Amino acid sequence: MAKIITMTSGKGGVGKTTSSAAVGTGLALRGFKTCIIDFDVGLRNLDLIMGCERRVVFDFINVINGEARLNQALIKDKRVENLYILPTSQTRDKDALTPAGVGKILDELKKEFDYIICDSPAGIEKGALMALYWADHAIVVTNPEVSSVRDSDRILGVIQAKSRRAEQGLEPVQEHLLVTRYDVERVEKGEMLKVDDVLEILAIPLLGIIPESPAVLKASNVGMPVVLDDKSTAGQAYADAVGRFLGEKIEHRFIKPEKKGLLDRLLRRTA
Amino acid sequence: MSLLDIFKRSKPPTIAAQAKERLQIVLAHERSDRNSPDFLPALQQELLAVIKKYVSVDEDKVAVKLERESGCSMLEVNVELPSPAARAAAAAAAAVKGKTAPAS
Repeated sequence: MAKIITMTSGKGGVGKTTSSAAVGTGLALRGFKTCIIDFDVGLRNLDLIMGCERRVVFDFINVINGEARLNQALIKDKRVENLYILPTSQTRDKDALTPAGVGKILDELKKEFDYIICDSPAGIEKGALMALYWADHAIVVTNPEVSSVRDSDRILGVIQAKSRRAEQGLEPVQEHLLVTRYDVERVEKGEMLKVDDVLEILAIPLLGIIPESPAVLKASNVGMPVVLDDKSTAGQAYADAVGRFLGEKIEHRFIKPEKKGLLDRLLRRTA
Repeated sequence: MSLLDIFKRSKPPTIAAQAKERLQIVLAHERSDRNSPDFLPALQQELLAVIKKYVSVDEDKVAVKLERESGCSMLEVNVELPSPAARAAAAAAAAVKGKTAPAS
């Protein structure tokens, strides 16, 4: 049975699209047929992060309006088998998303795919509501920072009140916390919220901790999901998160600062 | 108490600890408010209606303020009453203070 995963956060710029690309690609690498949908109508970016921006002909909105067939709009990834991207429109606005239209496309996708990832726009307006309405799982992307944690709490409230599962009194949406841009050095210095603090406040199960890493910008610059950079800490952390999502017991990594040699410490102390 | 303790100062809370505390306070309020409607504008209107039955007040001279602390919320309603010409010097402010039910 196909599962719908919504990548959401409330706040913008915390890494929803990066995480959608990484988790979607990670699931496809595990052999699951996966489709990632960009719900940020008017501010299309998933195509750039996935490196398929020059292959977009038709989009999600065209399909909703019956101007193109679903198969014409789906873009097959060239690197990873089983991975498809459904880009959104750059010219329309969020009103182009209709509940009936989105529902129909998701039903169609559910017949073909194992996982459908809805990359939500920021905010709690129509685009975000459409992205979370059909969710079976919600991955809440949070930076260890006050405004991001507050907005995550808010979006969790919205999921619990306005998702299809909530409205129809079904089993609730399964929530997962993905902490991104985690800087262990700053956490050690007491400058940044610890992952335990964020967990205590939001009180949902932890899916992963993605360390702050230059690999994320590098990957987006070249249009490659960061999970494919298996040498980077961020890439490995995303791969771990995908494993945990699939029910594997994997210990969290990159949450303690690297041990420094004596020389490093001496130099640091005098610096 | 060991001798060493004398030299140890109690550490001030870290910046991260301050962030956590602020978040916990604000979220406790936001979560309890989540399902209740925003009653402040209506409250202000109704209070004003009651006061107007007895004295004539300017609508702009009413200030409703909500102060949130970790244990309780303080609702402060300030109504500036017009000073009669005879007692122009008298202070023209009356303060009505009340406490809302402590947030759970």
